[in-house]
Amino acid sequence: MMAVGLNHFLVLSALLFVLGLLAVLTKKNAVTVLMGIELILNAANINFIAFSRYADTDLDGQLFALFVIITAAAGAAVALAIVLNIYKQMRSVNLDEADTLAG
Amino acid sequence: MSYFDLTFYVFAIGAVVSAGMMVFSRNLIYCAVGLLFALASIAGIYVLLGADFLAATQLLVYVGGILALLLFGIMLSVKFTGVELRTGTLQMLPGLIIVAGLFLLLLRMIYRAEWAVQTPGDMLPTTTTIGKRIMTDLLIPFEIASILLLIALIGAAYMARRERS
Repeated sequence: MMAVGLNHFLVLSALLFVLGLLAVLTKKNAVTVLMGIELILNAANINFIAFSRYADTDLDGQLFALFVIITAAAGAAVALAIVLNIYKQMRSVNLDEADTLAG
Repeated sequence: MSYFDLTFYVFAIGAVVSAGMMVFSRNLIYCAVGLLFALASIAGIYVLLGADFLAATQLLVYVGGILALLLFGIMLSVKFTGVELRTGTLQMLPGLIIVAGLFLLLLRMIYRAEWAVQTPGDMLPTTTTIGKRIMTDLLIPFEIASILLLIALIGAAYMARRERS
């Protein structure tokens, strides 16, 4: 087994990304779709930080990852409020049932 | 195999297994617990990459904040009578095919690209540098982020409150 380098972190990040994408694509519940989005953002952050360590010396990647975390927190708060409103309107947070806009 | 490699594999396998548990579990609470362990393992990966400040931020913001928020979302949006706390899946087979194809594409890309890799230096504490850069050349993004958080806070509180009739 070769020593852990940049590629190992990139493969881990790709795995987490596709798992998050799978959750976004297949889950019915809106909250689990949100969890998938958080997983995707974390996979991107692993990439940023790995490149910050292996290819760049000025911590640019880490700073970008910090702003990603900030934006994810704001996004999660607003998305949860939207989910609660959907629940108030339709008594369900299943995304396949929230189709009143479909023709 | 060095201790660095061993630690990497422990955290990586932990992250992937718990993320898989989050994706494939049908119980919403198991999903949340899977995400919790995945996020904590990713914090470990950050430490291995010499990002100490970000690892602490990950634990504070994600594990402490966002996950609690998601759990509140689950608790407030399920019917506690009947078959509750479950979630189904839609289009599992096409989703799996798309995702597997994308993963193979990413793998090919990762192993064929010639990254301009430097040998990493010693791991130094990053907090001072991050603080200095945020307060100098990244001051405007920092202020915009703080206003964004304020807007999200007010907006979320406004949208989630009860209607006054």
